Amino acid sequence: MTTDHIHVAMTVNGVERSAEVEPRTLLVHFLRDSLGLTGTHVGCDTSQCGACVVDVDGVSTKSCTMFAAQLQGANVTTIEALAADGTLHPMQEGFWAEHGLQCGFCTPGMIMSSIAMLKENPDPTDDEIREGLEGNFCRCTGYQNIVNAVRHAAAEMREQNSAD
Amino acid sequence: MIPVTFSYHKAESVGDAVARIAGNPEAKLLAGGHSLVPAMKLRLAAPGELIDITGLDELKAITVGESIQIGALATYNDILHHHELIAHLPIFGAAIPHVGDRQVRARGTFGGCIAHADPAADLTAVLLALGGHVNATGPAGERSIPVEEYFVDLWTTALAPDEMLTSVVIPLPGDGARMTYVKHRHPASGYAVVGIAVVVDDNGPRVTITGATSKPEHLAGAEDAISAGINDASIDLAVARATEGVHINGDLYADEEYRTHLVGQMVKKALQQIVS
Ligand SMILES: Cc1cc2nc3c(=O)[nH]c(=O)nc-3n(C[C@H](O)[C@H](O)[C@H](O)COP(=O)(O)OP(=O)(O)OC[C@H]3O[C@@H](n4cnc5c(N)ncnc54)[C@H](O)[C@@H]3O)c2cc1C
Ligand code: FES
Ligand code: FES
Repeated sequence: MTTDHIHVAMTVNGVERSAEVEPRTLLVHFLRDSLGLTGTHVGCDTSQCGACVVDVDGVSTKSCTMFAAQLQGANVTTIEALAADGTLHPMQEGFWAEHGLQCGFCTPGMIMSSIAMLKENPDPTDDEIREGLEGNFCRCTGYQNIVNAVRHAAAEMREQNSAD
Repeated sequence: MIPVTFSYHKAESVGDAVARIAGNPEAKLLAGGHSLVPAMKLRLAAPGELIDITGLDELKAITVGESIQIGALATYNDILHHHELIAHLPIFGAAIPHVGDRQVRARGTFGGCIAHADPAADLTAVLLALGGHVNATGPAGERSIPVEEYFVDLWTTALAPDEMLTSVVIPLPGDGARMTYVKHRHPASGYAVVGIAVVVDDNGPRVTITGATSKPEHLAGAEDAISAGINDASIDLAVARATEGVHINGDLYADEEYRTHLVGQMVKKALQQIVS
């Protein structure tokens, strides 16, 4: 039992990463401050806004609501992995094509949540898209273009999957 | 945003976790973390030690037999996606989609919800309507607490500070049981301003409330009103008697008068769903 720094190691975007952190270090701070992955944002104190959403072992997760120390050996995917080869992910393409953002602060979380939603439901209705993004707040767009962006991406991803 | 410093321990077993909380009054169990971590970030909670129980796979099981047992660490999604459980207890299917958001439902646990006893939580009222008992383990061993005696006050249950909730056991409802949950969500937080659970089976009707009271409670007036059957006239009577003998809390968002009105409307909506 110690409040001293602990060694935390996990796979982030396919690469083994580790750092010495305090037990109170939230996953989002580990990603941003220890690893320099600043695409994952912090938009609130209350675990409500979803700007921090990442994928942890296949589970869409608010990275401000888990401690890095809990995630020894975990497999984490952040927004930075989506266009790693220089080609936009269809969801990023959708947000670009449909103008699904203004300031862009909420966008990484929106995109990560939307991808998780489409894994469960590849062809959502507009209502299902809105419900699926309940945990993501946007203070600029009024959401309509975000819904359009997800619908656009869903169609593209269904087409890619049927072509495979 | 940054919690107070604490030490972290990953529990190896229920016994290990209980020994830790018994040995250190500053220690707290960490389950899904979706009540505790936000409170720590706001420094409303500042435990000196966190005992992470999320690795205790034995507490994740859901078993359906002569009764239904839900392990403390079963998440909202584990319950919602358990087809056999939902077939017997469709009230969970009515309530869970209205809890928080997709990330909350993926991490938040049934045990965490029932142990935390937030006055605006949803499944507290659902459990009180279904009945059964809560299994807990403490330094002196295991005990079982009837649901009727379990909820004590705001964020307060019959669990001792050094006891851990391990599972909840709910009796199988009889044939032809009907049940539902309706909720008026707070538009900002998503928590229940008023939530009403209704279960009707051979043991008579149960109507319970969350959100507007300090702990989940039976609405005895409404239960009595529909004891001989649910029809338009008895629904009207249940609405009229809904808050009989119950103290309704008010706050800045919804004062006592408005909430009292809302309780009647939610009771009406729930009972109409039951007969439709
Ligand atoms: C944005 C947001 C929206 C939400 N909306 C809703 C909502 O609409 N409705 C709703 O009901 N809830 C809502 N919640 C709360 C959510 O459901 C919590 O996850 C749940 O109430 C607590 O479960 P947990 O596993 O996360 O518990 P934790 O946060 O890990 O623990 C909560 C408390 O219970 C104790 N505890 C946990 N497990 C045990 C155990 N086995 N034995 C003894 N003590 C234990 C902990 O020590 C702590 O004090 C929301 C949360 C967030 C972040
Ligand atoms: S920063 Fe995680 S939900 Fe707002
Ligand atoms: S684009 Fe500004 S918060 Fe969503």
